[in-house]
Amino acid sequence: MTLLLTEISKYLITLVMLVYTAECFLILYRTGTERSVRGLCTRQTIFLFALHALFFTQIIVHTGNLRYLAFYFVQLVVLVLTPVLFTKLFPECSRPIVNNMCMLLMTGMTIILRISTEKAVRQMVFVTVSLAIGLLMIFFLRRNGFPRQLWLLYAGLGAAALLVVLVLGAAVYGSRINYTILGFTFQPSEFVKILFVLFLSGALYQSQKIGRVLLTGLIAAAHVVILVLSKDLGSALIFFVVYICMVFIASGRPGYLIGGVLLGITASVAAYYFFGHVRSRVLIFLDPWATIDSNGYQIAQSLFSLSSGTWLGRGLFLGRPTSIPFVEDDVVFSAIAEEMGLIFAMALLMVCLATFLLLLQEALQAQDPWCRLLTSGIAVTYLFQVFLTVGGGTKFIPLTGVTLPFVSYGGSSVLSTILMFCLFEGVSRQEDHLHTPVWTG
Amino acid sequence: MTERTQTARRQAGASHAIFGIGVLFAVLFVSMTAYIGYYSYAYRKELMGNSYNRRTALLEEEVLRGDILSADGAVLAYSEEDAAGKQHRVYPYGAVFSHAVGYAVRDRAGVEALGNYDLLHTALSLKDRIAYENEGKLFPGNNVRTTLYVDLQIAAYEALGNRKGAVIVSNPKTGEIYAMVSGPSYDPGTMEENWETMTADTERGVLLNRATQGLYPAGSTFKIVTTLAYLKNNPGYYTDYAYNCYGSFSSEGETVHCYGGIAHGQLTLRQAFAVSCNSAFVDLGLKTEQDALSSTLKQLRFNTTLPCDLNYKPSRTADPKTAEVPARMQLAIGQGETAMSPLHLNMITAAIANGGELNKPFLIAAVEDSSGQVIEETKVKSGGSLMSAEDAKILRDLMREVVVSGTGASLSGRSYEAAGKTGSAEHAQGDNIVTHAWFTGFAPASDPEICVTIIVEGAGSSSTVAVPIAGILFDTWFNR
Repeated sequence: MTLLLTEISKYLITLVMLVYTAECFLILYRTGTERSVRGLCTRQTIFLFALHALFFTQIIVHTGNLRYLAFYFVQLVVLVLTPVLFTKLFPECSRPIVNNMCMLLMTGMTIILRISTEKAVRQMVFVTVSLAIGLLMIFFLRRNGFPRQLWLLYAGLGAAALLVVLVLGAAVYGSRINYTILGFTFQPSEFVKILFVLFLSGALYQSQKIGRVLLTGLIAAAHVVILVLSKDLGSALIFFVVYICMVFIASGRPGYLIGGVLLGITASVAAYYFFGHVRSRVLIFLDPWATIDSNGYQIAQSLFSLSSGTWLGRGLFLGRPTSIPFVEDDVVFSAIAEEMGLIFAMALLMVCLATFLLLLQEALQAQDPWCRLLTSGIAVTYLFQVFLTVGGGTKFIPLTGVTLPFVSYGGSSVLSTILMFCLFEGVSRQEDHLHTPVWTG
Repeated sequence: MTERTQTARRQAGASHAIFGIGVLFAVLFVSMTAYIGYYSYAYRKELMGNSYNRRTALLEEEVLRGDILSADGAVLAYSEEDAAGKQHRVYPYGAVFSHAVGYAVRDRAGVEALGNYDLLHTALSLKDRIAYENEGKLFPGNNVRTTLYVDLQIAAYEALGNRKGAVIVSNPKTGEIYAMVSGPSYDPGTMEENWETMTADTERGVLLNRATQGLYPAGSTFKIVTTLAYLKNNPGYYTDYAYNCYGSFSSEGETVHCYGGIAHGQLTLRQAFAVSCNSAFVDLGLKTEQDALSSTLKQLRFNTTLPCDLNYKPSRTADPKTAEVPARMQLAIGQGETAMSPLHLNMITAAIANGGELNKPFLIAAVEDSSGQVIEETKVKSGGSLMSAEDAKILRDLMREVVVSGTGASLSGRSYEAAGKTGSAEHAQGDNIVTHAWFTGFAPASDPEICVTIIVEGAGSSSTVAVPIAGILFDTWFNR
């Protein structure tokens, strides 16, 4: 009986996820035909609940432990309340983006529950508190607007926070990236990303003269250098790419993009020769098998996990993702592939891509240049981070040790990503919701 | 330009930029996703075989490890489930198949390692699996059918006896490995109890598969390589070559003697090859351009990887481009820095037998489900072209002459026409010089079916030790 239920649930999970993903792209394609999009969004929510129920069926059938039902119901309340509160309190919000956010949070909470019950409890608290803070933030933003002119302040705050980490921070697995306040480990670079996007939007939305570009470039370079010195290479790369993309979008000049990419390549090559920790990351990427006893261990275990479930996955609790060090943090994607299936994991990546494209679509429709720039910046920050963490854990690119937004375990990661998306929901469709209310309700 | 048009322009520029960024990231993301799917699926067997992957134990909780079968259907390894649900591996032939079939306790080797993924996965339908689940039994894993033949393997195992060395028999037309023996051997069934002593034994090297991982001085078998380089350097003129042997060759302070100090007298290349005259081959080697030798070594895959999934050590030689005369003299007769695995020599011999074309050697012929239905068959794969068809034909003739009138004469007058090359390779072991006996060859010479390579460590003359083993193997194959 156990076997039958597990097998059937595997097929259903894969099928439902594929339909959900297809609908993400259908929604992108159908902008403007408001009615059908609203129907699709409702259906997506139903699919989300179906997936959640199927995952818990697997968990309970395999473990025979009814205590997991408590987790199911608490998560269910969060997953029901989130879209309801967002759409009822803020009818202008983008429902498909909220749906995808819930999908990613649900997947994350489920896989973390499978890895560690204790961490699953904490993750549920992080998610709930973060969503509450996020909703409050949207409320204030919509009432009071945002002080967009204070970009120098955002830049200063961000750089200062990073500098403090560099000087005082504790060394965490080779990277100095966090503070510990009252036993709560706090990773500032996750939040400085938001300040960074706010700084660039504020600085570039009115003026794209060369002087302004150079000034912002200097400030951005300062962020990147501090991060490289802190050995937080993943964040350094994100800041760099976000800067290049935002200058390109603000100016509309391809020269900035091409120049930026060339500069990036030069800087990466230089970093390879100057910094031992950059070199060691590249060497692990090129041949993790040579150092499987030491540096290559995590990536090798991640690849074993990634490949062992094949298309449909082994089923929750039936694989061995816990053999990967820090699985819930850096390489949670491999655990998802092992137990929920490769097809599910690949579809999840497409959901991330759809979320990014939905954000860009919002940016294209925005009349306010600040809002357009901010939304594009958020989109790039989000997707590039997904690219770094998933590509790193699957040996597509060198591993840089950033988290998978919404999915990975960790208060800083969850709170900062939710705040970033709520910032978008708080400032978008302010000026133009009268004439193009595409996805309301 | 008015303020309004400037703004409009900027808006359009921004829209194009956003669109461009969207396309760029979408392409990047889709490529990554496709790569993840491809890599995870295509490399799943290899990744499961890695000894750092602990999922074997997980799979053994639900699947009874499948059988390993010989090419003719005999069971070489199977698993039993005891009352406590724990699996035990049984090897009915004991030590006969030791290195070829390998073992599967703690670490894995041989077919047990190559086929680990398939042995621990089941092709049973869901309905059948539910039936097994209801009976509380493990699912039977898929079976792996090897390319090994029991009669050839036993013949090779018994012929080698308790001596150190290796035997490898293959089909040059496909790359199937028909037999593979390494001495000393071990009983894989006792690995669990004897793990500590076996892995600690570095002196005898019981666990080392000498057929693939043993590196030996190539000795006179390397004259095949020297000849090939000369042929490529002097196309069409090899019949003009002549040499008068006085029993040794000296140059720049280095002297090479013929085996037993025999002066062979006036020789053609054909005669020199047949009697394995060292002096003539040193002369031949020095007359070959260094670039030609270097390119020949490269094409034969010395100093690099081999097209083969087995666990092997790559062969190595001195670099002919930079070597001084003494080193080149040693290289010509396969001594000095030359170190070669029996597998590699067998592959070169197979390519000669197969018109210059190498087929990738393999041990697993097919994966079958527990009822014997074939799920996946290994296809014959090219391992590349090692030489031209003409050069291969000349080498086949030269190797045939070795059996007709040379050092392999004891193989003549049988029901088949064999061809080959002997080698007595000298190896310094402390203060003593030991001589390894080599033979590599194939039969029938006109249309080769099997290809054998033999080395017996420290056994002395190849003609009296290695050649007779080849005779036993050929007899076993042709007198079935």
